[in-house]
Amino acid sequence: MDLFLQRLFDGLTNGSAYALIAVALVLIFKATTLVNFAQGEQAMLGAFIVLQLWNWGLPMWVAVIVGMLISGIIAAGLERTFIRRFDPADHLPLVIITLGLFLVLNAVAAIVWRYDPLAFPQLFPHGSAITIGNARLSWYSIFAFGSCILVLLLLHVLLNRTKIGLSFRAVSSNLESSRLCGIKVGPTLQFGWALAAAAGTFGASIYAANPVLQIEPSIMLRALIFSITAAALGGLDSLWGALLGGLTIGFIQSVLVQYIPFIPNEMTLTATVVVLLIVLTLRPSGFLGTKTVERV
Amino acid sequence: MTDVLLKAENLTASYGQIEVLHGISFEVYDNEIAVILGANGAGKTTTIRALSGMVETTGTITFKKEDISEFESDAIVRKGVAHVPQGRGTFPELTVEDNLRVGAFIRSDNDVQNDIQNCYDTYPVLFERRTQTAGSLSGGEQQMLAVSRALMSRPELLLLDEPSLGLAPQIVEALFERFLIMNKDHGTTMLIVEQNAQLALGMADRGYVLEAGEIVIEGAAESLINDEAIIRAYLGG
Ligand SMILES: Nc1ncnc2c1ncn2[C@@H]1O[C@H](COP(=O)(O)OP(=O)(O)OP(=O)(O)O)[C@@H](O)[C@H]1O
Ligand SMILES: [Mg+2]
Repeated sequence: MDLFLQRLFDGLTNGSAYALIAVALVLIFKATTLVNFAQGEQAMLGAFIVLQLWNWGLPMWVAVIVGMLISGIIAAGLERTFIRRFDPADHLPLVIITLGLFLVLNAVAAIVWRYDPLAFPQLFPHGSAITIGNARLSWYSIFAFGSCILVLLLLHVLLNRTKIGLSFRAVSSNLESSRLCGIKVGPTLQFGWALAAAAGTFGASIYAANPVLQIEPSIMLRALIFSITAAALGGLDSLWGALLGGLTIGFIQSVLVQYIPFIPNEMTLTATVVVLLIVLTLRPSGFLGTKTVERV
Repeated sequence: MTDVLLKAENLTASYGQIEVLHGISFEVYDNEIAVILGANGAGKTTTIRALSGMVETTGTITFKKEDISEFESDAIVRKGVAHVPQGRGTFPELTVEDNLRVGAFIRSDNDVQNDIQNCYDTYPVLFERRTQTAGSLSGGEQQMLAVSRALMSRPELLLLDEPSLGLAPQIVEALFERFLIMNKDHGTTMLIVEQNAQLALGMADRGYVLEAGEIVIEGAAESLINDEAIIRAYLGG
């Protein structure tokens, strides 16, 4: 029982990080019906920027916020340079570009910071918050989950209560009519890219701040695959769906694979994909997806 | 007739290599209702998309004496031209109220909520459905929403692309009565593209007939309604 509980707690931790990257993916998908394969690497780069700022002496939370801003600005630049010049309706070139960005960003991080794992600042208090029997729920898990919810609430308010949020939702819903209402579509999508990158950087920072992990350029590779699965589970166009999807994937990893003895550890990815297939068969638009969307 | 509000001169429009409008000229006067009639594929939609800066064009378009030929769509809206596209063009995932808010996107005054209330007063059904998504509305309700949304930008010129399409006759009649009221009471100038010639000419001041990308007939609505060629081609006489 203790072990089961412990696995549940572990799932919460990883699930929160997956959810944040999934949220970033969902933001881009909502705007462009495109899966941004570079999202994980953008987030990794953002986390390295946070680390660098911290090394230069900024307080860690200031470093996180400035890092989110910088990665948002970088994403806005990437959107303007590589994405906007292509026809948004033609997905193949755009998918290839995001794959290209994936490789380039990974290489840039490797050149600048090398492959040696580096210690990331501890964003949250140490130790266990709650101990039930032998199962410990760490402060890190609680704060990771809590900040994930906080980011989602902030995004929710931004998208539903502000004018830029309204224009973002309008562009997601109908590009042509948005133009006819006087919305500048390009800058609005650029805002979406910046927002996604900032959310992703936050997610990667939380992920890297896990006391058992260190940061290195390939830290987000596995996480990206799980986050894409999480986003798809949630319905690809729903923020809260991304949270549910992220937590589900976290729990599949920790509970299903690590608690049930006959599912070997190597099967983690397989197990998540099987669950994804089952969910999408029963509910083609995922947990909370609003429309039947074309899947890549 | 007073001033010219909008003037198109020698307007061509193309999709890639294919030219669809072959140098047409027309104008819309202040406070009038003008219609462009034409069969399927004549180029009606292309004409008003050209006015909104949504297709490749040559020639000049002047609005309020300013050359807007090279303007982007969003700048044209800001100048005071609203466009209700063919097939309504609502935002299906957004609520009715958010659709109206998007319509007021270019505005920064404090009257927006007031204008939304006016839309609800005009179409109480939109008030009843204000928290529903636009995609869940019926065709007629969507058209009411589309027109209301366009009016939310407080346009001087309203472009309407086949507003009667796919709607039941009574609904069309009510819709067009509304257009007349808007025109008479608020002085909103309108350019309406229609296939329903009878209906359109019945309320319009002037009309143009578009055929294969060229204007073949133009004149006052009363004279067009009695025109032999038009009766044969469009009025089923
Ligand atoms: N996006 C496009 N690409 C290429 N050709 C187009 C495009 N849109 C329209 N056309 C062509 O341009 C011509 C005029 O089309 P348009 O939509 O303006 O006609 P319309 O008068 O509005 O017709 P309808 O009454 O059916 O709406 C047609 O021959 C059409 O095939
Ligand atoms: Mg048309």
